[in-house]
Amino acid sequence: MNAAVRQFKEQSRQVSGDLRHRKLIQTALGKYEVKRDEKKAAFQNWQAARQAAAETKWEAINHLDQHLVDLVRRLEARGTIVHWASTGEKACEIILGIVRDRKARSIIKSKAMTAEEIHLNEALEHAGFEVVESDLGEYIVQLRKEAPYHIVFPAMHLTRGEISELFARELGSAPTDNPEELTMIARRALRQKYITADIGITGANFAIAETGMISITENEGNARLTAALPKVMITLLGIEKVLPRLEDLALFLPMLATAGAGQALTCYNSLYGGPRQPGEADGPEQYHVVLMDNRRTELLADAEQRDALHCIRCGACLNVCPIYRNVGGHTYGTTYSGPIGSVITPHLRGLQDWKHLSYASSLCGACTETCPVKIDLHHHLLQNRRNSARQKPSTAEKMAFKIAGVVMNHPWLYATVKKAVRVFQPLHKLVKGTRLDPAYSWTQTRDLPSAPPQSFKEWWKDRAT
Amino acid sequence: MTITLFIPCFVDLMYPKVGISMVHILERLGHKVRCPEEIVCCGQPAFNAGYWDESRAVAGKVLDRLKDAEAVVIASGSCGAMLRVFYPDLFSGTVHSREAKMLAGKCHEFSDFLVNRLGVTDVGARFPARVTFHDGCHGLRELGNKKPARALLAKVRDLEFVEMKDAETCCGFGGTFAAKFPMISTAMGEVKCASAFATGAQYIVSNDSSCLMQVQGLLDRQKSSVKTIHLAEILAQS
Repeated sequence: MNAAVRQFKEQSRQVSGDLRHRKLIQTALGKYEVKRDEKKAAFQNWQAARQAAAETKWEAINHLDQHLVDLVRRLEARGTIVHWASTGEKACEIILGIVRDRKARSIIKSKAMTAEEIHLNEALEHAGFEVVESDLGEYIVQLRKEAPYHIVFPAMHLTRGEISELFARELGSAPTDNPEELTMIARRALRQKYITADIGITGANFAIAETGMISITENEGNARLTAALPKVMITLLGIEKVLPRLEDLALFLPMLATAGAGQALTCYNSLYGGPRQPGEADGPEQYHVVLMDNRRTELLADAEQRDALHCIRCGACLNVCPIYRNVGGHTYGTTYSGPIGSVITPHLRGLQDWKHLSYASSLCGACTETCPVKIDLHHHLLQNRRNSARQKPSTAEKMAFKIAGVVMNHPWLYATVKKAVRVFQPLHKLVKGTRLDPAYSWTQTRDLPSAPPQSFKEWWKDRAT
Repeated sequence: MTITLFIPCFVDLMYPKVGISMVHILERLGHKVRCPEEIVCCGQPAFNAGYWDESRAVAGKVLDRLKDAEAVVIASGSCGAMLRVFYPDLFSGTVHSREAKMLAGKCHEFSDFLVNRLGVTDVGARFPARVTFHDGCHGLRELGNKKPARALLAKVRDLEFVEMKDAETCCGFGGTFAAKFPMISTAMGEVKCASAFATGAQYIVSNDSSCLMQVQGLLDRQKSSVKTIHLAEILAQS
C-alpha cells in the first residue's frame, strides 16, 4: 500500500465517523443547494444550457491547437509576454525567473488552483520571497499552513470561532464571531500587502481565444487589486481554460456562478487584455501569462476521457458527492478533490498511485448529473478502474473473479455453493463482527441478512414439478 | 407476452421473496413467466472492479441465453443498468457488440417494465403503512427511472407515501465499495437512514435489494423498528 492510499484510508475512516464534521459540511452544502436550485430556475432551460456549454467546451478542447495559437498571438499583440510551460516545475521556474528579474520582495496572489497544483507558494517561499494569498478563504488556510479544503470554498471546514482564534493568534486581533468583523480584520492586514507588493499573481477562469483576453471572476475584489496595484502582473493558467469566443462568457460566467456557488453571477468579472497601454491611466507595467500543460495533453490524448478537460473548476461535483461530503476535502491528499479530482489525478500524477480514488466511489453518478459541462465523471472512474486492472491486475482479485465466474457459469456448482452458505451460516454467528469474521468489513457496523431455507431458484424448480 | 425474469444471484439467495412476488404479479397480469436456471449473475462485480475480461466470461453466457427473449425483466435496478447500459460498453469492439445492443433494448427493471412497457400502475395491492422511497442510483441515473415506482405506490390501497429529503442520495452500498471502504459506506448509510427517519415512515421501500441490504443492515444494528421492503413485495400484497 503506498503512502497516498494509506493516508486516504486512515483519514477517510476517521473523518467519515466525525459527526461534528458531518454536520458542518451538511449545513454548509445544504445552504448551497437551496441557492443553486433557486438560480438554476432562473435559466430558461438549464439542461439546454449544459448541453450548449458542453458543446462549446468540446469545440475548444478538440481544436485546442488552433485556439491556443490565436489566444497567444492576440495577447502578444498588446504587449503581453506569454510563456509556455510544459511541466509544473517549468512554470515555477518561469515565475521565479520573473520575480528575480524584477528584484521583487513581496508578492500578492489571488486564488489559483493551478498554483496549488504546482506548489508555487512553496517554491517562491523557498527562494526567499513572501507570498500572501488575498482571497479570504485562501488567506485563512494559508495562515493555518493548510491546503484549500475545497476548489471554490477553501475554508469551508472552519467555523467562525476557529477563524477568530486563528486571527487572534496570527494577527493579534480581538476575538469575534461576527463575519463582517472577521472580514475587516483580514482586509486591514491584506490592504497593506497590496500596497507593498511588487508583483501580483492571479489564476484565470477562462481565456478568450478570439480577443486574446483572460477572464477572472471573483467575489471579493481581491483579484482586481492583485492585478491593478503591483507593477507586474502574472497569470498562471492551464491550457484547457480556453474558450473560443468572447460571447461564450455570456453562458459560462452565469453558469460557473450558479453551479459553483449558487449565485446568479459572481460579483466581479474582469477581462485582462495586456499591460497598461499608452494613454491608459492604470494597469500593470508588465503582464506575463504562463500557459501550463503539466500532463493535460496526456488527458487530451485519451479520447475516452478527454472531456475531463472541459472542467471549469466550479466544484459542483464536490458539493453533491456523498463521498466528498463524508470524507471532506483534505482526505483526498490531492489538489483537486471530489469526483473531478478522482478522475483527473491518476492522469496528472500517475494511475497506479492514485487509482484508489477511482475505487473510493459508489458510482452513484450524482456528479455526472450535476456537472454543468456534462463531464461523464462516474463512468470515467469505471474506466480508470479498468485501465488500472489491465495495466497491473491484483492477482488475488483476478483469481477471485475467475473462480466466481466458473461458479456462476455452472448451475450445479452455484447450487452447491448456495447450500454451503446455508450450512456455514450458523457458524458465522459465532464470529460475527469480530476480527475472525471473514465479512468483518461489513459486519463491524452493519448486520448481514441470513439466507432463507429456500432460494428463488429452488422455489421455482419445486413449483414446476 | 412471455417474460424472461432475471433474478440476480444475491436476490436468489438472500431475497427470494422479491423474485417470488414478481412472478405472482406478472402472472396475475396474465403473462407467461420463464426463469432460465443457467442465468445467475450479470457480471457487474468484476466489471465494476475493472476486470472486464472476467466480467465478459459471465456476461457472455447471459447474453447468449437472453438474446432470443421477447422481453427481459430484471429484479434490480443495478443489474438492470448492467444489461441495459453497460453491456454495450463491455462488448464494444467484440463480435457480440450488436447482440449486446439488441439485448439492451429489451431489458427493463421491474417497475419500469410494469409502468412503461405494460402500462400498468394499479396491480390491486393493499399495504396499510406509512412508507418512504429510496431511489437506487443505478435505476435512477443510469436507467432514468424516477417515476414508475412512485406511480405504482400511489395506487396501493391504504398506503401513505411520504417523500424523504434527499431520496436521490446514495445509500452507500456501491458493491465492493461497501467492503473496500466500509466506514465511508457506513457514514453514507447513516445519512440515508436519518433522512428516512425524519419522515416517520414505518418502511423504507426501494426497487434494489442491494440498497435495502445496506439500509436494513444499519437499521438492525441500531435496533430500529423501521423496516425495509422491496417494492415488488408491497405490490404482491392484497
